[in-house]
Amino acid sequence: MIAPLAVGRRQSQADRLVRPTHIVERNTMVYRHTFIVIFSGFFEPLFYLLSMGFGVGALIGDVPLGGGKVPYAVFVAPALLASSAMNGAIYETSNNFFFKLRYAKLYDAIIATPMSLGDAAAGEIMWALLRGSLYAIGFLAVVAVFGVAGQPLVPSPMGILAFPAAMLVGFGFAGAGLAVTTFVRKWQDFDYVQLLLMPMFLFSGTFYPIDAYPPALQLFVECTPLYRGVHLIRALMTGTPDAGIALDVVYLAVLGAVGLVIASRRLEKRLLA
Amino acid sequence: MLEPADQTAPLIRARGLTKRFGSFTAVDEIDFDVAPGEAFGFLGPNGAGKTSTMRMIGTVSPATAGELSIFGLDPRQDGASIRARLGVVPQADTLDTELSVIENLLVFGRYFGLSWAESRRRATELLDFVQLTERSKDRVEPLSGGMKRRLVIARALINEPSLLLLDEPTTGLDPQARHLVWDRLYRLKQRGVTLCLTTHYMDEAEQLCDRLVVMDCAKIVAHGSPRELIEKYVSREVLELRFRRAEGETDDSAHLDGQLEGLAERVEQLPDRVLVYTSDGEAVAAAAYERGLRPSSVLVRRSTLEDVFLRLTGRSLVE
Repeated sequence: MIAPLAVGRRQSQADRLVRPTHIVERNTMVYRHTFIVIFSGFFEPLFYLLSMGFGVGALIGDVPLGGGKVPYAVFVAPALLASSAMNGAIYETSNNFFFKLRYAKLYDAIIATPMSLGDAAAGEIMWALLRGSLYAIGFLAVVAVFGVAGQPLVPSPMGILAFPAAMLVGFGFAGAGLAVTTFVRKWQDFDYVQLLLMPMFLFSGTFYPIDAYPPALQLFVECTPLYRGVHLIRALMTGTPDAGIALDVVYLAVLGAVGLVIASRRLEKRLLA
Repeated sequence: MLEPADQTAPLIRARGLTKRFGSFTAVDEIDFDVAPGEAFGFLGPNGAGKTSTMRMIGTVSPATAGELSIFGLDPRQDGASIRARLGVVPQADTLDTELSVIENLLVFGRYFGLSWAESRRRATELLDFVQLTERSKDRVEPLSGGMKRRLVIARALINEPSLLLLDEPTTGLDPQARHLVWDRLYRLKQRGVTLCLTTHYMDEAEQLCDRLVVMDCAKIVAHGSPRELIEKYVSREVLELRFRRAEGETDDSAHLDGQLEGLAERVEQLPDRVLVYTSDGEAVAAAAYERGLRPSSVLVRRSTLEDVFLRLTGRSLVE
C-alpha cells in the first residue's frame, strides 16, 4: 500500500504488519512512566454525557430521529463516542507526533534500523487507535451501566458495531492528523487545528440534528469527517441505518489511508534527503 | 541470498559516488573500498562531504550519481536488509529521551526484529561493555556527553552489526571521555567489527584508522594508511619555531626572509609559527641557530596527519 520513495523498496508483507507494532511497544513503554495522562480522554465524553445528555436533555425531552423519537441522551451518546474517538486520535497525532518528529528526533533514530518511515507512520496510527479504543471501551462500559440501571442509551443490538465504527473514526482522524502535522512548523500552528476541531465538535450534528441548517450549510456539514463519524455511530447505536452509512465507512477509510500515505511521503522527504 | 559471493570482496564499494543538493555538490565523484575487518576513516574539515557520504552508506540518503554497494547490496533496492546488518552512530545523539537507558536499547532491539528476551540479554551485555550498567534505569537526559555517546554506541551494536558507521564519534567530548570511546572502538575492531568513521581530529584518525581518505571540498584528495600519508606528503619530523614579536612588527616571521633556505625540505609559515619539515629536526634547529636565528621557542615533533592536511590543502583542519 505504501511504497517508500527512495530506499529499501523491498519489504515482505509480514514485516509490514509486524514492524509498526514496535512503535506501539515503544509508546507503551513511554506511557508506563505516566499512565494517568491517558485517563483524561476517558472522562471528557463521560462529563459531556452527564451534563448535556442528562442535564440539558431533561429540559429538551425527546428529539426526532429516523422517523421516530428518541430521548435526548440517546441522541447525544453516539456523537460523544465519535468525538472521543476523534480526540484520542488527534491527541496522539498532533502534539505528541510533532514532539517526536521535531524535538525528540525519534524518526531520525529509527531510519537507522530496518524499519521504514511508512512502518513508523502506520505504527503511530495503530497506537492512536489503541488509545482511542481504550476510550471507546470505557465510554461503552458507562453506557452499558446506564442501561442496566434502567436508562437504556443503546436501543438497537446493532450498537455492538459502534465499537469498530469508533475505531474507523479514529483511523480517519489519525491518518489526517498525522498528515497535517507533517506540515506544521511551530507549536502555535496547532491553534489553527483547534480552530477547525472546535466548531466541528459543536456543529456536526453532535448536539442537535443538522436539519436546523439551511440546505447549503447542511451539505457543507455533511462533507466534514466528524459528521460522517457521528452519522455512522448514531445509525448503529439507535438502529436507524440508511444508505449514508456506506458513504461514512468509505469516507473515513479513505481519509485514514490517504493521510497515512501523505504522512509517509512527507516523512521520507524530510528525513531521507 | 544476501551474502556477497566473494567473502573477501569489499564491504563498501563506491565508484564515482556523487551527492548534490540542488546546485550544491556535497560529494563529488569519489571512489573508495572498505575491506572486511578494517577501520576506515574519512578525514576532513566540516563541510568536506563526510556526513553526506556516511548518510549514503547508511541508506538514508540516495546517491545522485555513481555506484555504491554495501555488503554487495544496492542501497536503493535493499535498504532494509543493509540496515539490518549496520550499526550507526550519528553525529548528534538521537537517543529516545522519553525512555530510560536500558529501554533505549530494548526498543532498538525490537526495531531490529529481535525477541524481547534476546533484546534484554544483549542490552544487559552492552551496558556492561560501555560501562553504563549502574545507569541502566536512569533517564537519558541527565547523562554526560560521554555517557550519551557510549549509549549510542551500545545502541548501534544491538543488532551485532558487521559494519559500524561512526560520524564524528568523539566530537564535543572531553579528553577522558574520548579515550574511553576510543578504547571501546578499539576492542570492537579486535573482535573483527569493520569500522567506518569520519573525523576532523588527527589524533583520532591516527589512533583508530588502518586506512583513510582525506576529503576536502567534496573530493578525496589523498588516501592511504596514516603512516603512508605522512611518508608520502610530509617529512618524518617537524620543527616548530616561534619568534618573539619585535616592536611595531605585525608579522612574526617577516624577517625570516629565506634564512631557512636549503636547511629543510619545506617551510610553511603560519600566522603564529613557522613549520619546518625535515627528517632531523634537532639538526635543523642547530643550523638555524648557527645562521643567527633566535626563535623564542623551538619544538621538534613527529609529523601528523594535520601536517598532511595542511600540505594538501594549504589550510588547517580545525579552524
